[in-house]
Amino acid sequence: MTQTPTAPSPNTAITDFGIDTTTMSTSEAIRDYLSRLRGGQLGSLPAVLGLISLVIMFALLSDVFLSLNNIANLLAQGAGQTMIAMGIVFVLLVGEIDLSAGTASGVAGAVLAMHYVENGNLLGGMGSTVFIAFNAVLLLAVVLAVLLRVWPGAALSALAIVISVSGLAANPWIEMLLALCVGSAIGCITGFLVARIGMPSFVVTLALFLTWQGVILQFIGEGGVLGISTSPVLNQVANGNLSLVASWALFVVGAGGFAALQLGQHFTRLRRGLVTKPTPIVLLKVGLVAVIGAAATALLTINRSPNPSIEISGVPYVVPIVLGLLTIGTFVLNRTRYGRHIYAVGGNREAARRAGINVTQIRASVFVVCSSVAALGAIVYSSKVGSVDPQAGGLNTLLFAVGAAVIGGTSLFGGRGRVFDAVIGGTVLAIVANGLGLLRQSAAVVAIVTGLVLLLAATVDALSRRRAATGAR
Amino acid sequence: MSEPILELHGVNKSFGPVHVLHDVDLAVRAGEVTALVGDNGAGKSTLVKCIAGIHAADSGEVRFRGKPVHIHGPRDAADLGIEVVYQDLALADNLDIVQNMFLGRERGSAWLLDEASMEQAARQTLASLSVRTVKSVRTPVSALSGGQRQTVAIAKSVLWDSKVVLLDEPTAALGVAQTRQVLDLVRRLAEQGLGVVLISHNMADVFEVSDRIAVLYLGRMAAEVQTKDVTHGQVVELITAGRSGDLGLARPDTAVV
Repeated sequence: MTQTPTAPSPNTAITDFGIDTTTMSTSEAIRDYLSRLRGGQLGSLPAVLGLISLVIMFALLSDVFLSLNNIANLLAQGAGQTMIAMGIVFVLLVGEIDLSAGTASGVAGAVLAMHYVENGNLLGGMGSTVFIAFNAVLLLAVVLAVLLRVWPGAALSALAIVISVSGLAANPWIEMLLALCVGSAIGCITGFLVARIGMPSFVVTLALFLTWQGVILQFIGEGGVLGISTSPVLNQVANGNLSLVASWALFVVGAGGFAALQLGQHFTRLRRGLVTKPTPIVLLKVGLVAVIGAAATALLTINRSPNPSIEISGVPYVVPIVLGLLTIGTFVLNRTRYGRHIYAVGGNREAARRAGINVTQIRASVFVVCSSVAALGAIVYSSKVGSVDPQAGGLNTLLFAVGAAVIGGTSLFGGRGRVFDAVIGGTVLAIVANGLGLLRQSAAVVAIVTGLVLLLAATVDALSRRRAATGAR
Repeated sequence: MSEPILELHGVNKSFGPVHVLHDVDLAVRAGEVTALVGDNGAGKSTLVKCIAGIHAADSGEVRFRGKPVHIHGPRDAADLGIEVVYQDLALADNLDIVQNMFLGRERGSAWLLDEASMEQAARQTLASLSVRTVKSVRTPVSALSGGQRQTVAIAKSVLWDSKVVLLDEPTAALGVAQTRQVLDLVRRLAEQGLGVVLISHNMADVFEVSDRIAVLYLGRMAAEVQTKDVTHGQVVELITAGRSGDLGLARPDTAVV
């Protein structure tokens, strides 16, 4: 005998759960945070702790480390690889890897430098065969981007052809735009091979890593160097500083904007009865950013020149550049549909596909983002060095960038990470390189220590992931 | 008896040489729970995927509210109001409940999502289903238990003003209390006027919540009966042999592939 249950008793099973909560008290939030830490959701905490201990260690071992000049120098040294790392975060988020980002940025840097040195005459700089091949590859990138429906990639690649063929005279802004366009064209090719053809990103980008290295060598020539330090704008990107007024304006806009956004959002959510963090914690966060920002600005606006006859002061240009990129990247990942879909593809590709997300397009587009941002990184590191040589973007550039992202807490397995992670990780690696350099350690020691730091970060990632997997019942 | 909201006629599907579905007919009525049962490999999941647009049927007709429709992808099915809750849940672990419920159909402009509206709608939906099992709608799915995940997956499917919800083994991996919750939820969906298709291996669950039972046997629809007209034993016979007394496939040899 069977019957249809018409009146199920709903109260039998929900006794062991709480009710929906929207606000927590501060102590609850702290407990919740601690329990999440125990559950393996470490975020960027290990990197922040590492950063603090490194700063203390080097400050004790070297009296130069905490000098203003060195700090400003450190920011400029680390900016290029940090920017590449920011791009790589996008690729890591969907669970892929881009080993070619470093040399791809080198290609963008080489084209930038050649455009400047040859006064816009790329045909003369490359020779006709290479020039035709170069433009054919750009055209291919346009076609592939159209097939993938990654429209910004297609537009930028097409713009690269226009700039390259039109032979406009040297202009630093056009050169930087060209570098960005070349980077994005490279990303279209990588993205197509990975997402549409379906090759593992490791293999594709390993092959392209070698290919782009050869391309740089072809563009610059064995033993050649293309100097760009004679261009005031290109030189200032990584070596110039904001004026005193502009430095404080940056602080007001940056810290004020952050406060306005955080507080505005917080109180709007509170009013509408949505899930929020406790007010004291939000205020603490905003206050901390304001205090650190003010202190940093005050220190960087002091004259830090070791030579009394010249004055060097003001916040380096790389700071607003990195902060701007950080803001845009964070906004895209957290507040836009595109960013949400990146996380979804990284978290569960099948779920994303079933939700109607164009997984191929998303996976391809992150490579375009990565290479484009890497090209911006190339502008900064080329400017820092003042020239582009055949080793640009080679050697450790890429490993440092991937390392920076991972050290900051971005997972190599996809789905977890923030652009801010790259900034923290990039700072850690810049401090290691800078500090060991000040202590007159050999390149061997620097390489070993950097490698061990990266290994440590990957270990933390793997362990916390395992913990999270077992912790979730 | 009400008109079926979703009807399938003569649906065939092959994967290469393997003929998975043979001329399958199925009717789903609003306000009723139709249980879809069958042995492993009978084609239950394939049938659901054909309805959901994950696989394209080779031939056959699908009628939605009496009108023939063509479902070519998950989007088409979603546009009609057909939602599927998969066996493997199809939730992204790293996203929270709200983000998962709105995945692929986020509110707000593409360049600025409307988080507030999504969060409120998610909470309302959970409340309308009397779901009080999650602590906060901003909890990441990775922190939820199996039953809670199933609840979120089901709540996600009703968020869209859906007409038909297909549940693929919603209780397979759950404990007793959690199974209870999910079955209550299934019943509540039907009471809200949705057509519900429940795939299950568990006869107790099937007899508890379903109004009708459709039995697949080796890719053929062996029987579609009212739950109150059959016994446990008959349904088990239908599942294992394709027929039971007068019910089921007419001649056993037609069922042998």
